[in-house]
Amino acid sequence: MAENKAPRGPKGGPGPHGPHGGPRGGFGKPKDLRRTALRTMGYILNRPALLLASLVCVVVSALLGVAATYLQKPIIDSISLAFKSGQTQLPSLLTSCLQLIGIYLLAAACSYVQANLMAQLAQKGCNRLRRELFDKLQQLPLSFFDAHTHGELMSRFTNDADNVQMALEQSVVSLISSVITFVGVVVMMVSLSPMLFLASLVMLGCVTAVFLVFGKRSRKFYARQQAALGAVNGNIQEMIEGLKVVKAFNHEEQAKTQFNSLNEEYRAAASEAGFYSSAIMPVASNLTNIGYAVTAVLGGILAMGGGGAAGFTLGSLVIYLQYNRQVTQPVNQISMQMTSLLSAMAGAERIFAVMDAQPEPDRGQVTLVPVEKDANGSLSKFSGQGRPKSWAWKVPRTCALSLVPVLVGADEALTELGQADEENGALKLLPPGTDSKTGLWVRVGADGTLTPLTLAEMAAHGWAWKYPGPDGRMGLHLIRGAVRNVPGEEFCYTELRGAVRLSRVDFSYVEGKPVLKEMSVYADPGQKIAFVGSTGAGKTTVTNLINRFYEIQGGVITCDGIDVRDIAKDSLRLSQGAVLQDTHLFTGTVMENIRYGRLDATDEDCIRAAKTANADGFIRRLPEGYHTMLTGDGTNLSQGQRQLLSIARAAVKDPPIMVLDEATSSIDTRTEQHIQQGMDALMEGRTVFVIAHRLSTVRNADCIVVIEHGQIMEKGSHAQLMEEQGRYYQLYTGQFELD
Amino acid sequence: MLKRLASYLKGYGGYAIASPLLVVLETACELVLPLLMARIINQGIEGNNMTVIWQSGALMVAVALVATVVGGYAARCATFAAQGLGANLRRAEFEQIASFSFADIDRFSSSSLITRLTNDLTNIQNVAIMCLRVLIRGVAMTAASVVLTLAISPRLALVVCVVLPFMAAALGLLMKVCFPLFEKMQKALDHLNETVQENLVAVRVVKSYVRQDHEREKFKDANDGFTAAGLNAVLRMVAIQPVMMICFSVATVLVLYNGGNMVLGGELDIGYLQTVTGYIMQILMSAMMIGMAVLQYTRAQASIRRVFEVLDAESAITGGGADRLPAPRGRVEFQDVSFRYQTDGAGEDVLHHIGLTVEPGQFVAIVGGTGTGKSSLVNLIPRFYDVHRGKVLVDGLDVRDYPLDALRSRIGMVLQNNVLFSGTIRENLLWGNENATQEELVQAAKDAQAYDFIMSFPEGFDTYLEQGGVNVSGGQKQRLCIARAMVRKPAILILDDSTSAVDSATEGRIRQSFRENLKGTTVIIIAQRISSVQYADKIVVLDEGTVADVGSHDQLIARSPIYREIYDSQQEGGSGNG
Repeated sequence: MAENKAPRGPKGGPGPHGPHGGPRGGFGKPKDLRRTALRTMGYILNRPALLLASLVCVVVSALLGVAATYLQKPIIDSISLAFKSGQTQLPSLLTSCLQLIGIYLLAAACSYVQANLMAQLAQKGCNRLRRELFDKLQQLPLSFFDAHTHGELMSRFTNDADNVQMALEQSVVSLISSVITFVGVVVMMVSLSPMLFLASLVMLGCVTAVFLVFGKRSRKFYARQQAALGAVNGNIQEMIEGLKVVKAFNHEEQAKTQFNSLNEEYRAAASEAGFYSSAIMPVASNLTNIGYAVTAVLGGILAMGGGGAAGFTLGSLVIYLQYNRQVTQPVNQISMQMTSLLSAMAGAERIFAVMDAQPEPDRGQVTLVPVEKDANGSLSKFSGQGRPKSWAWKVPRTCALSLVPVLVGADEALTELGQADEENGALKLLPPGTDSKTGLWVRVGADGTLTPLTLAEMAAHGWAWKYPGPDGRMGLHLIRGAVRNVPGEEFCYTELRGAVRLSRVDFSYVEGKPVLKEMSVYADPGQKIAFVGSTGAGKTTVTNLINRFYEIQGGVITCDGIDVRDIAKDSLRLSQGAVLQDTHLFTGTVMENIRYGRLDATDEDCIRAAKTANADGFIRRLPEGYHTMLTGDGTNLSQGQRQLLSIARAAVKDPPIMVLDEATSSIDTRTEQHIQQGMDALMEGRTVFVIAHRLSTVRNADCIVVIEHGQIMEKGSHAQLMEEQGRYYQLYTGQFELD
Repeated sequence: MLKRLASYLKGYGGYAIASPLLVVLETACELVLPLLMARIINQGIEGNNMTVIWQSGALMVAVALVATVVGGYAARCATFAAQGLGANLRRAEFEQIASFSFADIDRFSSSSLITRLTNDLTNIQNVAIMCLRVLIRGVAMTAASVVLTLAISPRLALVVCVVLPFMAAALGLLMKVCFPLFEKMQKALDHLNETVQENLVAVRVVKSYVRQDHEREKFKDANDGFTAAGLNAVLRMVAIQPVMMICFSVATVLVLYNGGNMVLGGELDIGYLQTVTGYIMQILMSAMMIGMAVLQYTRAQASIRRVFEVLDAESAITGGGADRLPAPRGRVEFQDVSFRYQTDGAGEDVLHHIGLTVEPGQFVAIVGGTGTGKSSLVNLIPRFYDVHRGKVLVDGLDVRDYPLDALRSRIGMVLQNNVLFSGTIRENLLWGNENATQEELVQAAKDAQAYDFIMSFPEGFDTYLEQGGVNVSGGQKQRLCIARAMVRKPAILILDDSTSAVDSATEGRIRQSFRENLKGTTVIIIAQRISSVQYADKIVVLDEGTVADVGSHDQLIARSPIYREIYDSQQEGGSGNG
């Protein structure tokens, strides 16, 4: 039916409001109606008894409606007959009338039960639909959110879910009821008089034709109207948002002229479209009246003289004329419901498309668990009392990582150790974790040769993870913290320290447009790594990879030696904190917003974190202190205050790894100076990745990485880089000596 | 309120008057049909008169044909009137907003103004259509049906009159119960949407804090709340149809019973039975329509009020009428200026007793922490806001005496929140001066260090910028905005922290070109970086809305503790530990 595509903006791209300029979220045909319809029905099928009861009620009430009209025939006939035969009393009249009212009441009851049941089914079904949609959204990767605007996703919840709910609540039932009524009425008409029905059929044809012609025109003009509306609303949005600029440049008159022409275009298009859609009803209903007149004449002739041979009585004529009116209603209903049903199915299809999107890949089996660490540095199960002080990676022995003892040489060169058995005079390396009969330890050379170990070497050994890299070759990754490796336990534990390594990482958001090329950055626990470079150089991208917001295409990123892809995403992210350039707060009190960092934090924890971030002062000056409600993303706070809150939020989380992406960019340098202590406290003892526009804030980093076009141009400490007089030197000195 | 709305029908008044008249005519036609039908039955069938049947039939066809045409025209007139009303209202509102001062814009907020121009207007338009067609038709239909029934038989009319108030009461009660429930449902829906919106906007925060489960819980609460509120309202609302059905059936059966007995008693012709049941049907449908129209009007009242609020806002700033304007030289003087954003007594001054003079051609920088009033100060020069006390003079004349466009055309302003408009780069630059030549555009682009990147685009100056300039980087956007202001060749150029996304080297080159090419122009800049301001002729240090000090870089380093603190904070990397 609806041939039109969603209206597009004037430039052919998405309209000014994204693809949803229309008030009902655009319309369009669902691509696979059958599948979508079945899947949608699934949401009301979980209570089949109710659905069945509701459908029975629909059928019964439709049939009773047809029957009630029919019951008027004997009443009128008997009155007519009695009148002609001169009777002044008709005892059967009361009974017939009571019968009629009984049927009407029954029909009304059925219709109520039906509507009630369907409303419940539809509301609950849609509740589930929205919940599943939201749950799914939580699992989708960031790349999905990059590809879809907020407005677009919002309209899945508003327009699309609404339309589905409406369709489930009304359209389906109405469609069934219309079909049954239509069939019932036609049957009655034919049985009353096949000849009159031929006349009605002609009328019905005309009315249907009007619906089709007007409907088609109306849709055509409607598409034009929506495009014009999109243009007007787009212009409104742009001009109002930029109104201060408009005024600064005295551009008011031009803006008005432009607006007026768009406004006039819309008015013309909307008038035309509105005419067709609003003329349908009066024109169709009056055409029905012409049919009514024709049938009245023909039926009158038929009924003359008491009905003649065909048994077409006065009563027949009266109810035939009623049926004649009723028969167009289902046609009208069906055409209306089909439109809304199709647009609902198109909406459902869009919802299902989101539900079917690939969730964030997460095959990681390594999880983060609280542990006790004693004075000797050995790890044991968390007692469950108080707040855990130490955390460890819990690695199942069955996963691709194997824990191997290593010798740590100069420059952290690793040599694998293992137990070996002598077989036929040659040494044979045993798989990790297997005990040798003789207790013989060997070291594995780069070429695979095995050399027995000395006792001193044995005592000094460390631990490493061994697993294949992206090229398929086995690699060793040093573990810096304590290790719990008890034979017989299904898991081994390594301490969470926060060492992050990016090795030869390739990444692109869009295939074919590399953003990072062969990027290698090593951060030891507690180090501060700063990224410097122009906008779009890839600084933020690096931090988005460490917490695995995006999947890398080449190379490997490890956290405490473990490939981040082997770590369960939730655990990985729990080990990291972030203060981002764009702060986002949630509706709720200041306290709740800080607590977002760690849900079990006490009020004291939150206040301490606020003090750390130097936010305590301004919070206390708010009307209700920590209990002040924040609304609409914290619009009642200044940008700087919001940033301080997000720093407090990160502080309360207390993770070993911290990302600060332009965290202080909206705070002026003097205030920044004042919160510097807080920032330093926040960074203390953590691995920190910091991105800052102001070079002064990154000066004291352990390593400054200068990135340009996705590649590292230089890295080193401030002093080293200044000495090199390279890009960093230029940038740094540019700030103070430009001429 | 309706009367005032009606005043916006100008130009479409003919349609607005014709539409109800035509609707009434159409209604009359429709109601005549059952009467003619009664004639066919009474005189034709019962009286065995074929001629009457043919005559009446022909008359019915004619009446129905007239009604078809009239009905179509009525729809046309109603639509044209409503759309005309919408267009007039939208235009009036847009023009009103265009005349708003910055204070008005702040007061309403951009997003609210947009809603008032889009959603609210659509609501009003829908109501206008409803009123012009449905409401008038419903009222006409009900009234005429009652009158005609009365003419046929006062006793049957009594039956109708008994059912009618009962029905109205039932409908009214339902609506009264349901309306607040629907409002609650709307609130629950808003809450649901807000929850989703917040989640979408903060998706990175949610993910990095692993708060998906927390968010799910929040959503579940909002979702369940919405469903509960929805069920609460809908389960009551679905009673409407059965109630109507019962009313209809009771009335029909009463008419049949009473009418039947009257026919038998010879008081009524049998043909009128179907006429009156037909009228009852019409009354019922009309009552439903009236109910819906009233409901929609009630809902739209908020929209109407919000639109009128905009139209009624008195713009606080209108241009002055000085006869002779001084030649543009670029002198700016603040005389004991105090300023507050809220003028209704509740506000506090954000600027206190500012006295400051900028000579023509000077390069003046304003520094200070966030919230010290830097932007407020420069916004007073083009009279975006009015001073609370004191005076701002441009070229010796109080800004309030200038016609607004004369004042603002002397000033090139680059605002903190820069906006580019959809259109080509050229079109955007021409905002500065419509009559600028290509050479002037190129020069401005070069001065703003924008020429190179413009030319690196395949289409150069004809590159199309999407809405909000999303297809250029932040720094490029700022440079285009600077170029736009420079095209204007203003006597005074003001840059409000508008190079923050430009790297220091490029910024230096921009400053260099200012010095070389804008010799006679007064330049006032607000900046965070000391490097951006240190070569200014005069640096103004603002602190908590007062001028803390004025002087050159060297003077201020020597004597202004605030300035030195800012300087130090940018010299040293943090407090030196790490």
